[in-house]
Amino acid sequence: MTTIGILGAGKVGTVLAGLAARSGYRTLIAASGDPAQIELIVEVLSPGTTAASSEEVARAADVVILAIPLGRLHTIPRAALAGKIVIDAMNYWPPTDGMLEQFERDGASSAVVAASLPDSLVVKALNHLGYHELEQDSRPAGAADRHAIAIAGDDEDAVRAVADIVDRLGFDPVIAGTLGEGARFGPGTELFGVSTTRAEVERLLAPAVSPSTRRSA
Amino acid sequence: MELGIYSFGELIANQNDDSAKSIHARFAQIVELAKLADAGGLDAIALGEHHRPDFSMSAPEVVLAAIASVTTRLRLMSGVTVLSSQDPVRVFEQFATLDHLSNGRAEIIAGRGAFTESFPLFGYDLHDYDELFDEKLKLLLRIRDEPVITWRGRFRAPLHEATISPRPVQKQLPIWVGIGGTPASAVRAGSLGLPMVMGFFAGPEQFVSRVALYHRAAEQAGHDRATLRLAVSGHMYVGRTSQQARDDFYPYYSRYFQQAGLPFAANGFPRDAYDAWISAGLPVGSPQQVIDAIMRRVELLGIDRFMGQIDVGNLPWAMTLDSLELYMTEVAPVLKRETAAVAS
Repeated sequence: MTTIGILGAGKVGTVLAGLAARSGYRTLIAASGDPAQIELIVEVLSPGTTAASSEEVARAADVVILAIPLGRLHTIPRAALAGKIVIDAMNYWPPTDGMLEQFERDGASSAVVAASLPDSLVVKALNHLGYHELEQDSRPAGAADRHAIAIAGDDEDAVRAVADIVDRLGFDPVIAGTLGEGARFGPGTELFGVSTTRAEVERLLAPAVSPSTRRSA
Repeated sequence: MELGIYSFGELIANQNDDSAKSIHARFAQIVELAKLADAGGLDAIALGEHHRPDFSMSAPEVVLAAIASVTTRLRLMSGVTVLSSQDPVRVFEQFATLDHLSNGRAEIIAGRGAFTESFPLFGYDLHDYDELFDEKLKLLLRIRDEPVITWRGRFRAPLHEATISPRPVQKQLPIWVGIGGTPASAVRAGSLGLPMVMGFFAGPEQFVSRVALYHRAAEQAGHDRATLRLAVSGHMYVGRTSQQARDDFYPYYSRYFQQAGLPFAANGFPRDAYDAWISAGLPVGSPQQVIDAIMRRVELLGIDRFMGQIDVGNLPWAMTLDSLELYMTEVAPVLKRETAAVAS
């Protein structure tokens, strides 16, 4: 059985953990500190998942989802993530994240995440819906009102594996292209914050990326 | 239940109408809104602190002091005080002063804030976002509860047998925790046994779990459930008819999100997303629709105070006044009656 690890027990992390557990994955979740501090949160918000330390989650999981504030990127256990698929569900948006020098300088946030994890297979996904939409819009495969989630990554096998996870979590996966194409569904794009059908996600992904939207994703 | 309004005093450039064109005019509007709310039987007003040119009400406690002098019953709240980048000693001094000027009507909503511009402005590191709030909230509570205080922490000079003056009129100055959905914030409020304000815009469903978390955390810490209190704040617009309210409000709401720089509205707030929010429970519509939306918050979350952002997007003044009038005459009385009937 695949084990999914979530780093981050905030709004997005707790919802993704709950979804993963309901979808039949063994699911572990960590916040930055002592796992005991999030036990109540996990019990109430993400039943069926286990709180552990970041290090334990990164070691035990086959696939790790990053759902932490980008300003804390430097705190994740890099070595334990080597060789693993890492899903970047984060976004960079200066009004709420504050200005982060590295992200201002280096462009697309996924590129910064990937550069900080050179030995992992980074895939961008699960970042363009709000946490309440992730929770409320999950549907079984084939449901008429099923919504879709865009995915971008450089490693084809990793992208396929993430597409399978997105599907099991209750959304149609739509592959946007390489990691750089993640800019097409980052903050400031038409797709960002929109929970909608596969056809509509495909349509919103279609326009060429302008330099201004690429920078902010 | 109690009903109130709140404002951020934002200046959005709505050119060809009677919206305020300067912060000077906006302050005058806010004081006027408070007078109307006081005369119209509302219970509270909250003013939010920001530090950016388009949201220039950086010192809401000063505006609240002006309001104190022209009102008699309205509760006067910050909403929120960005406590992480303030000095709790100074915050307490200001609100205790406000409490005297208003004869015991001051309340603080302490929050981490949705924006981060106050951190560099006051010399704080965003990396300490959560630690700052935690330490300062606990210090603020100690100042409230202990007339003479000795304290030592990470982010402020130590206090040695300090007397913080003045002491407020109220026996205990109400201090709420404002949360925007972060689970740990609900746990913090519950563990400290503090009343909690939940800020959200569309449907209340996603906050049911936050209320459960709040109650569980309070219970674990040994707080009596009867001492806990919940409120909701959020955007609101009341019009005469459902469709007209929806259409009239939309352009201002869309521009508000766009100019505030929210990541889902870089090109304006899509109309279908707006309509979906209303279907989910955003209180925009006829008086009956707004009553229903607020009533759902009462039923699902157990709140006994609702605060509506009355002038969101720096609406034209006439629209703000109409919405306030309908809220005071057709929404609030019905909600008060219905919730009183349930309680008795």
